[in-house]
Amino acid sequence: MSTYNFDYLDELEAEAIHILREVAGQFEKPALLFSGGKDSITLVRLAEKAFRPGKFPFPLVHIDTGHNFEETITYRDQMVERIGEKLIIGSVQESIDQGKVVEQTGKNASRNALQTVTLLDTIAKYQFDACIGGARRDEEKARAKERIFSVRDEFGQWDPKRQRPELWNIYNGKIHKGENIRVFPISNWTELDVWNYIRREKIDLPSIYFSHERDCITRNGQLMAASPFLNMDDEDVVERKQVRFRTVGDMSCTAAVESDATLIDDIISEISASKISERGARMDDKVSEAAMEDRKKGGYF
Amino acid sequence: MNILKFFTAGSVDDGKSTLIGRLLYDTDSILADQLEALQSSNRKNDDGTIDLAILTDGLRAEREQGITIDVAYKYFQTEKRKFIIADTPGHIQYTRNMVTGASTANLAIILIDARNGVVEQTIRHSYIVSLLGIKHVVVCINKMDMVDYSETVYSAIIEKYKVLAQQLKLADVTYIPVSALKGDNIVQNSGNMDWYEGESLLHFLEKVDTDNLDKSQLARMPVQWVIRPQTEELHDYRGYAGRVLSGTFNLNDKVTVLPSGASSTVEKIEFFDQTPDAAHAGQSVIIHLKDDVDISRGDTIVNASALPQESKLIEADLCWMDGRALDTSIMYNIQHNSKITRCKISEILHKVDINTLEKHAADEFKLNDIGRVIIKTADALAFDLYDDNRANGSAILVDTRTNLTVGALMFRAAVE
Repeated sequence: MSTYNFDYLDELEAEAIHILREVAGQFEKPALLFSGGKDSITLVRLAEKAFRPGKFPFPLVHIDTGHNFEETITYRDQMVERIGEKLIIGSVQESIDQGKVVEQTGKNASRNALQTVTLLDTIAKYQFDACIGGARRDEEKARAKERIFSVRDEFGQWDPKRQRPELWNIYNGKIHKGENIRVFPISNWTELDVWNYIRREKIDLPSIYFSHERDCITRNGQLMAASPFLNMDDEDVVERKQVRFRTVGDMSCTAAVESDATLIDDIISEISASKISERGARMDDKVSEAAMEDRKKGGYF
Repeated sequence: MNILKFFTAGSVDDGKSTLIGRLLYDTDSILADQLEALQSSNRKNDDGTIDLAILTDGLRAEREQGITIDVAYKYFQTEKRKFIIADTPGHIQYTRNMVTGASTANLAIILIDARNGVVEQTIRHSYIVSLLGIKHVVVCINKMDMVDYSETVYSAIIEKYKVLAQQLKLADVTYIPVSALKGDNIVQNSGNMDWYEGESLLHFLEKVDTDNLDKSQLARMPVQWVIRPQTEELHDYRGYAGRVLSGTFNLNDKVTVLPSGASSTVEKIEFFDQTPDAAHAGQSVIIHLKDDVDISRGDTIVNASALPQESKLIEADLCWMDGRALDTSIMYNIQHNSKITRCKISEILHKVDINTLEKHAADEFKLNDIGRVIIKTADALAFDLYDDNRANGSAILVDTRTNLTVGALMFRAAVE
C-alpha cells in the first residue's frame, strides 16, 4: 500500500468538501452566504474544490448593510468575476427604505442587528432551503454547541434545546416547508487553521486584513475606523494609525488592531502570539455573556 | 501534525468541565478577552480561583444550572497535534448526547471521582465507549487531592476498573491519577504523586496513535454528487464526487458499483487541480470509471475483491434519541452515508440496562434506551459490520413525521 501524507489541514478540507457536497445532494435551493470575510472566502475555495470543473450548485448571497468597507465590495465583485458564479445581493438599505427595519440611533448605532431581517427576507424571496455559512465553533461558546446542519424554523430561529443529534459524518437535512438549514462546513476549524489554509492555498484576501494607514477613533477601548457610518461627536478624536482588521464586518461594528503585519506570515505569527481572541474585536458580542446565543436564536448567521 | 478527536464522559460532579477548562488553560488556549470575561463572571471556586468549567458551559440554561446539557466542541493545539474535544453531559438523561459526542471520537476520557471509585455511571460511560467502538480509553481518576494523593486508593480503583474493561472488551486502557482543579498530571507531571510513573494526560494525548487513517482493504466511496459540466469542451465529462470512507482506490483498480453490481475500473482520480494515483480513506475526491455505468447519489463504489454485505434485513444496536418512543408499526427513513431508504424496526431482540449491563426482553424503546434490533429496509444496504468498518457500519433513523434524528444504528450482522 502506498503511504500518503494527510495532515490536519487536509483532513479539515476533506470534511468541509464532504459537507458542501451533502448540501448539493440533499437540498433543492441552497445558497452560500458570502460576507467578503476570510471565512466565506475560504468557503468559496472549498466549493471550487468540491465542484470543479462543474458549476457551483448554489449562488453566492451577500447581505449588504451598505456600511461595508469599500475594499470588501471591490474584492467581492472581482472574485465573482473570476469564478463566474452567480451573486445575489440582499440590501439592508432597501429593508430600511421599505420601513421593515428602523435604523438605530445614538453613538453606538450599527446595522449589524438589522441584517438579520434582510437575510430572512432574502431567504424567503428566493426560497432557499439551506444557507452555507462560514461560522466556526471556536469563535464563541454558543457556537461551540451548534450543529454542522443547524435547523431554523420559519422565523429563522435557532432553538439550542431542540437540536438534532449529529452522529458520525451523517447529516440529516430533512426539513418541513418554511424551515431552512444553516450549514457550517468549517465548524471544526480555528482562526489559525483558516489562516494557515489561506497561506497554503495562496488565497487572495481583501486588503483591509493587512496593515495599512487609516483614520481611527478610540471607542470603548477599541479602535474604530473613522467613517460616515459611525456616529461621531466632538469627544471623538481622529488619529492616523497603522492598523489591520481581524474580521470583516460593518465599518460601524468592526474594530481594528494596531499592526505592522503586511504578509500572511506576519499575520500568522501575530495571531499565534496574540492574547485577544478574534471576536474580542467585535462590539456586537460585548453586550452580555449570552449576546451571541440571543442573536442566533433570532435568526442571525 | 494531525488531529486527535476525543470525548469526555463524566457526571456533573466529576469535574469534567473543569478538566477540559484546565487543559485549555494550561496549554494557553484561553485568550485574554475570554479570560477577562471569565474573571468578571460571578462564578468562582470556593477558594476564589476562576471556575474553569465556565469555559465549556456554553448555553445560558447551562450557566444558570451549572451543568452541561449539550455536546460542546472545543479546540486546542500544541506543537505536536490539533485536538478536538467533544464535551458531553454524563447524566443518564443525556445518554443520547454522549452517544453523539462519542460517534466521531477516536479516544475517550472516562472520569472517576477518587472518593467514589467505580460507580454506576462509570459502567454506563464505559458501555457507551465499547458500543461506539472507540479505540483508546483513558481513565482519569480525578480529585486525587481530596484523597491525599493516595496510591492505595488509586490502585484499588484500577483493579476494579480492569474487571469492567475485560467484560466490555476494551482493549486499550490507560490509567492516570489527576486533579483537574489543582492541575496535577494534566499538563505537567505532578509533584504530589511521585509514586505515579506514567505520563501526564496531555503528553499521553499528544503521543497516542490517532488512527485517523484507515488502512483496511475495504475501499468504499459513497457517491455524493455526480459532476457533469456539460460544456462544450467537457461534453463527455462524468465524475463521481465523494469522500473515501475507508481503504484505498488506486488507478486501474477493479471496482463494483452497488447496488447495481456493475463492474468497472478506476480510470482517473481528480482532486481539484491534481490527478493523484490513489485516493485514500478520508480524502474527498472525484473518481472517473472506464465504463459508462449508471451511477447516482446514494450508490457506493467499492473494491471488487472485498465486497461489503448487502441485505434488507440487518441486526443492529440501536440507541433511541427522541422523546417519542419507537413505533414498530410505522416506517422510518434510514440514512446510511448518502443513501436514504424506508425502513421498519421489525423486531426488538433485547434492551440493555446500561447501568448493570444486563440484557432483558423488551417491547418498547424510549429516549436513551439502547439495545439490539432487527431492521428491515426497503432497498438493500451495502454495509460493513460496525466493528470492521465504523464509517460504513453506522446509520441514523429519521422520523418522517418530525424530520428529527431519532435513532443511531450500529450494524452487527446481516440476517440470512
